[in-house]
Amino acid sequence: MALFNWKQKLTPLDNELQQLKSELIKMWEMVLFQLEKTAQALANMDKDLAREVVLTEKRVNAYELKIDSDCEDIIALFAPVAINLRFLLAVLKINMNLERTGDIAEGIAKFVVNIPEDFDAELLKITRVTEMFKQGNEMVAQVMNAFEKEDTVLARKVFKKDDLLDEINRNAASTVIKYIQNNPGKIESALYILSSIRKLERVGDQAKNMAEEIIFYSEAKVLKHKPKNKKDNKENEG
Amino acid sequence: MESAILKAENFNAFFGKSHILKNINFEVEKNTVWAIMGPSGCGKTTFIRCVNRMHELTPGATVEGSLKLNGEEIYEMNPVMLRRKVGMVFQRPNPFPTMSIYDNVIAGFILNGIKLSKNEKDEIVENSLKQAALWMEVRSTLHKKGTFLSGGQQQRLCIARALSMNPEILLLDEATSALDPISTAKIEELIHELKSEYTILMVTHNMQQAARVSDKTAFFYLGELVESGNTKMIFTNPKHERTQDYITGHFG
Repeated sequence: MALFNWKQKLTPLDNELQQLKSELIKMWEMVLFQLEKTAQALANMDKDLAREVVLTEKRVNAYELKIDSDCEDIIALFAPVAINLRFLLAVLKINMNLERTGDIAEGIAKFVVNIPEDFDAELLKITRVTEMFKQGNEMVAQVMNAFEKEDTVLARKVFKKDDLLDEINRNAASTVIKYIQNNPGKIESALYILSSIRKLERVGDQAKNMAEEIIFYSEAKVLKHKPKNKKDNKENEG
Repeated sequence: MESAILKAENFNAFFGKSHILKNINFEVEKNTVWAIMGPSGCGKTTFIRCVNRMHELTPGATVEGSLKLNGEEIYEMNPVMLRRKVGMVFQRPNPFPTMSIYDNVIAGFILNGIKLSKNEKDEIVENSLKQAALWMEVRSTLHKKGTFLSGGQQQRLCIARALSMNPEILLLDEATSALDPISTAKIEELIHELKSEYTILMVTHNMQQAARVSDKTAFFYLGELVESGNTKMIFTNPKHERTQDYITGHFG
């Protein structure tokens, strides 16, 4: 079911929810921008860009507080029910997921700032961290589109995309160990990249959580902690 | 089903030619609180008025189909006996203005010509007022007129009057809509307590009240029962779009 039925006159609550939705999308865009800037900073070892990401993180946090307090006000003043209530609960959780995603971008940006000057670009290639970053960002962007359009089919597509992140994350440790054995002088850089991979794996999880929330509010189905094959298939859910 | 105290099967009600209730199928289990919701004119009041046969007091009113209380056809029962089993409280408190609080509570017995000893009367008055959570407030002024009480107290007096006959079902037709939030809260608390002994059907326009108080909710629209089920379900994930539109305020 859609949140807004444009054939009907919008109630004051609808207007509030619409505003909340566009607010959350703005935050989403900002977090996505943070991720993209961090990916660029990592690929080019651009420490200035990384510092910019760290500074902008404060604005993401401000968005989180604003959306939290807006949700609280709407619940107190309008006592929403049914899809309106589910939407608000989903927004509260997506808000938290986005803030954490923002934290991840900030965390990796800090690594970029701290990585030693003699960084070996080969590391980016062999660990596939750049590829992972691209996929993670795509997932976050796709969930944002799904949220904007209330498209649960699109939201479901995100679950599969997480496989690539998992695979890269699984192989990362052995690749990094081999690299360190061959380049004992570059342990610090290698560890920063390994930590970044671990963090990026969480970006995929956050994107999946947000997709689950979209499905929760529009279809009233709870997909959390369900096996993957059941998440993909609309018919199998109970 | 044994536990169903009230059962409607293909039940229809008419005022003259206008078809007010259309093919209602509905079961009420014992000791539950049902909230009946719907926009004005959807037939919810007509439905509960049918349960104690007040509907037929209107000239030209007729019914079709079956409506059973404990398996017994309501429209074949003696209306006076039926109304002893089905108590009703209305939107505006309506204690008998010339009677004392005491007499108001036992009005059902007085008007039915049932003779009771002084002790029996005292006991019924005390128990009913206690059940209606009014005893502590009025026990020293039992012989004052009922109309001296506040609106919320008068409404609880009406509930006590309905309870004095020891009914099986209590019908509340927007019983709190004329009351302030404190009196409303008292009556809602009372409904919770009464649930263990009575089955309660309440019509309410206050959605939050339905959500707070009832176990089950029925949604009527244009004389049809659109959706009924657990209140929690209706307010978190209603199955019908019309129910959702109504509870989220998108009607008309």
